Amino acid sequence: MDRLFELGSEFWVAAAETLYMVAATLVIGGFFGLLLGVVLYSTRPGSLLSNRAVFNIVNVVINFFRPIPFIIFIAAVQPFARYVIGTGIGNDALIFSLSIASSFAIARIVEQNLVTVSPGVVEAAKAMGAGPLRILRTVVIPEALGPLILGYTFVLVAIVDMTAMAGFIGGGGLGNFALVYGYRQYEPAITWAALLIIVIFVQSLQFLGNWLARKVMRR
Amino acid sequence: MALVALRNVTKTYPAPEKGAPPVVAIDGVTLEVEPGDVYGIIGYSGAGKSTLVRLVNALEPATSGSIEVDGREITTMPERELRGIRLGIGMIFQQFNLFNSKTVWANIAYPLTVAGASKSEIAARVAELLEFVGLTDKAKNYPDQLSGGQKQRVGIARALATSPRLLLADEATSALDPETTQEVLALLKRVNREFGVTIIVITHEMDVIQSIATKVAVMDGGRVIEHGDVFDVFSNPQNPSSQRFVGTVVKGIPSRTELAVLRERHDGRIVTISFRDGDASQAAVFVALATAGVEFELVYGGINDIQGRAFGHLTLAIRGADAAVDAVLAEISSRVDVTEVS
Repeated sequence: MDRLFELGSEFWVAAAETLYMVAATLVIGGFFGLLLGVVLYSTRPGSLLSNRAVFNIVNVVINFFRPIPFIIFIAAVQPFARYVIGTGIGNDALIFSLSIASSFAIARIVEQNLVTVSPGVVEAAKAMGAGPLRILRTVVIPEALGPLILGYTFVLVAIVDMTAMAGFIGGGGLGNFALVYGYRQYEPAITWAALLIIVIFVQSLQFLGNWLARKVMRR
Repeated sequence: MALVALRNVTKTYPAPEKGAPPVVAIDGVTLEVEPGDVYGIIGYSGAGKSTLVRLVNALEPATSGSIEVDGREITTMPERELRGIRLGIGMIFQQFNLFNSKTVWANIAYPLTVAGASKSEIAARVAELLEFVGLTDKAKNYPDQLSGGQKQRVGIARALATSPRLLLADEATSALDPETTQEVLALLKRVNREFGVTIIVITHEMDVIQSIATKVAVMDGGRVIEHGDVFDVFSNPQNPSSQRFVGTVVKGIPSRTELAVLRERHDGRIVTISFRDGDASQAAVFVALATAGVEFELVYGGINDIQGRAFGHLTLAIRGADAAVDAVLAEISSRVDVTEVS
């Protein structure tokens, strides 16, 4: 316990790092995931911009990357990270690989939720003379917003989970803190302290997501 | 000039599986809808009614033939231009298809936004339409807080937002109870009378045709098998298929099983006499029967009213001496249609 107080400030820095990695991944991965998901939804046969070639390519790419265990994925995209953001190590390199991995997961969740939007509603918008991009933006996404928020919340929890691997490439965060100061130095109290913060963190995110989704769906 | 003119239009869908023949949904339809018409399209489900109406606003592209809307050929028009055409055609649906994430107000405003109307124009028009459909107090509500009838009224207001000349109603009352159906039909009638909007109504319900349509087309197997004035088509259908369909919706024609029961319960000859407005009056027929020295009994029947004109079918069991019965049947045959059913 004393050791935890000694490490006090470092502990909070680690917590802030986790927060930073999660937030950055949510913004970047969330954006590209939404984009890919919308592409999947709108290019599928019979949809607004149906295009078999695009659909098949995106579909195969996502299926190719999705099953790769994240810790191996980090290693695999490291050279690519070096090229794009100039470094292969640290928190930012983790955000880079995590954004890619999560955007594929989010794409699937977005696709799944968008296909539940009633085709009749899409047809109604079409009958009013709206173009496909307008329909996607002003009808399809708003109609699926509640379930989309729940889907994003689900992925967000997985993202928190994956930030724990930042230590693997020299990043920080609570996961790394728990491993370095708790596990390796035989201080279970520290491990549990980190764990507690992560649990509180995840719980609040889930609560926030549920609340937002309920507000959007008005029930 | 016709507002909508279809000429020899076909719509074929690719085969559902390899080796199967392609599906012919619309098979050479020619049809003209004049401005101001309330044109009913009836038929069993799967007859191609919904596909036909979707060809008119190009939600489905026609496979061949020509479709003119307001004098403009739409089958060869590029998608971007079609969007402009669709702005001038309202559409309402069986399942209403309202945007659940938007308020009643925003639902009605949507087509106006698409049309590029200004904020003040939108506000004024939406207020006007809410007033017209009697839902001013529901402007801030969401569709899931409304009853079926209210939802369809929002649907109608939304469809009319851009002041279209043509309204397509795809089974618009089929999900509503009879009372609400009448309310919505009354509203559609006002849309036609007050704004002069031409309406194409797809339905399988007799009530709908009876209360609002001025013309009707009967569809079967992707073809229009009969069309014309509603009264003529319903009181005296020519095509066997339309007779069959009309028989299921018109009151007074006994079905095959009902006939068998009637046959068992009543002696004598069973005949159905069909009256049409302007034909010999029912009274004359009954006088003839009463003075012929035969016994008769009314065993089945019904009178229908279409736009204030009545027609009906009455099934009678007639007993008496053969010669007397033959004589009276010959006499009434000269006044009304008589079908011997036994």
